Amino acid sequence: MPKETTKPVLQIGEPGPGVAKVDPILVADNVTRTFGGMTAVDVQHVEIPRGAITALIGPNGAGKTTFFNLLTGFDRPDSGAWVFDGQDLAGVPAYKVARKGMVRTFQLTKALGLLSVLENMRLGATKQSGEHFFGALFKSTWKKREADITDQAMELLARFKLDTKANDYAASLSGGQRKLLEMARALMTKPELVMLDEPMAGVNPALTQSLLGHILNLKTEGMTVLFVEHDMHMVRTIADWVIVMAEGNIVAEGYPDTVMNDPAVIDAYLGAHHDTDLGSLTGQLEVAQDIDPHLAHEIEEEIEEEAHHDGK
Amino acid sequence: MDFSFIWLAFGQIISPQTIAYALAALGLTVCFGFTGLVNFGQAGFMAVGGYGFAITTVKFGWPLWASVLAAIVGAIIFAFILGIPTLRLRADYLSIVTIAAAEIVRYTVKTPQFVPVTGGTDGINGSSSTFDAINPIPVGHYGVGVLMYNQDDLWIIIVGWVLTLLCALLVSRLMRSPWGRIVKGIREDEDAVRALGKNVYWYKMQALMIGGTLAAIAAIINIIPTSLQPDNYGTQTTFFLFTIMLLGGATTIMGPIVGSIIFWIVLSLSDGLLSLAVTYHWLPITSVQQGPIRFVIVGVALILIVVFRPQGILGKKSEAYFSA
Ligand SMILES: Nc1ncnc2c1ncn2[C@@H]1O[C@H](COP(=O)(O)OP(=O)(O)OP(=O)(O)O)[C@@H](O)[C@H]1O
Ligand SMILES: [Mg+2]
Repeated sequence: MPKETTKPVLQIGEPGPGVAKVDPILVADNVTRTFGGMTAVDVQHVEIPRGAITALIGPNGAGKTTFFNLLTGFDRPDSGAWVFDGQDLAGVPAYKVARKGMVRTFQLTKALGLLSVLENMRLGATKQSGEHFFGALFKSTWKKREADITDQAMELLARFKLDTKANDYAASLSGGQRKLLEMARALMTKPELVMLDEPMAGVNPALTQSLLGHILNLKTEGMTVLFVEHDMHMVRTIADWVIVMAEGNIVAEGYPDTVMNDPAVIDAYLGAHHDTDLGSLTGQLEVAQDIDPHLAHEIEEEIEEEAHHDGK
Repeated sequence: MDFSFIWLAFGQIISPQTIAYALAALGLTVCFGFTGLVNFGQAGFMAVGGYGFAITTVKFGWPLWASVLAAIVGAIIFAFILGIPTLRLRADYLSIVTIAAAEIVRYTVKTPQFVPVTGGTDGINGSSSTFDAINPIPVGHYGVGVLMYNQDDLWIIIVGWVLTLLCALLVSRLMRSPWGRIVKGIREDEDAVRALGKNVYWYKMQALMIGGTLAAIAAIINIIPTSLQPDNYGTQTTFFLFTIMLLGGATTIMGPIVGSIIFWIVLSLSDGLLSLAVTYHWLPITSVQQGPIRFVIVGVALILIVVFRPQGILGKKSEAYFSA
């Protein structure tokens, strides 16, 4: 069990968007990505603190997944550069990014259905000479490493309570179990930075608790975690640092207990109308005026009509 | 009534044609069944291999080993040409490019300007010379009943089957190795495999090269006892290979072999039965219609397989169940 210590200071200076970190593992600059005319990601500067758990939050469509895709080489940015552990990663293909120790999971879980759970796990392992064409043909050359990999895999599966499923097809797992498998599989690569895109989505509450434990464990083992999550309870429970994205920009950064009260964050989630009552017509009108003048007009007429009724 | 066609049909069990289609379908299994590459150009790979062998043997007088090498290198280069632009793209692009490329090969070799080298529509005869020259089997006739083979027929059948079993063993080893695990992972979801640090593009390229190499060897076995005809390597051949692969089981090693045997027996039996039916007027068809009807039978068989036994004869039920 990790000892309860006073939280270390992660940033240099006042917390805020783009603030410098004491020991950043990943530094990104001017990363932009547009789809057609729409800017999905426009991150000026961001640093991810090493050895900590960082949550990347923001409303739907904020660009979190797109930002993940860019950083891990699954998508090409329009511009930008980022450095992981001192190595420039812009333009590096996804598989090389993973080999450098920056491994990710996907929002839409990618279990390899027709491979067994154990084979899914083994696939994540590194330094297996049997993965080369000629090496593969001579089992004696890779048998030993395969046995080690299998041990490593079974150990992880046991930790994630999937060991009884080791020989089942991954396709037979439930949605939550697939999330666990994907996370365990990513750990087979022995990464330095683990990037999880909504690890909790679809996981039942009973499993949530143990998943939180697993993520905290990663930190105790010396890994850095960056995760995207909508569940604020989870963010508050395990994150050391929170980065908030909205409309492609980073709008706030800070410690979890303070950043949630940042007006920029409340705006990002609720728009500027978070204190308006959408149950009343006047409240609806206020919002509609911002969105759609035509709709606003209709609501105005409705209000007039009601006033007319009340007057009678 | 003449029932010898039944014996001849059973001769298909070991015929060079069956071997060739088994090998080419095995190559397709590596591409499609295991790696998930929709390679609709397998006939094109066969053509490249066949011409590589026949031209170097007949026109250039190369020794056997060099011609075999030429066929294989040709297929590998063809795999590169098709793979480099398409393997980074979505799966459907490969299928379109391969089907078109196979047809380009067929039309190119038939072009009048190339007749001195390729033989045009007539193809190339006599590519068996170097192979038969090393035949150790004494001159004579071997076999029973209507199934009689001369020493050269027997030689290609023996070598063909030995090669087929060797290739099957090789593919089986590959698929049970970590290499096989990666290509199967790519079939399931290539982004997941990429995210684990594997060079997906290069593995797909390797699979395409292996599939192409097997097709090239298949073509050599096909043309040695007969001759090289460009129209034997049209789109129809690719679809025969898909039928064979699905019949046997797309993710099995022995599936393509069993599939090829059954396919050619059925095709040749139905041909015999249809001839009988035509001769004795059992069916209201003419001998001209007989040919196309065989293919109707193949088509119906393919539909029935996909509907009632999607995993093929040797495949595991659960695999088809999960992929549905
Ligand atoms: N391939 C694409 N083509 C066009 N638009 C895209 C594409 N991918 C993402 N977008 C758009 O970019 C924006 C950001 O999407 P993204 O998936 O990054 O959001 P997100 O923050 O991950 O949201 P969520 O919390 O819902 O997962 C969205 O408006 C989305 O519609
Ligand atoms: Mg997302």
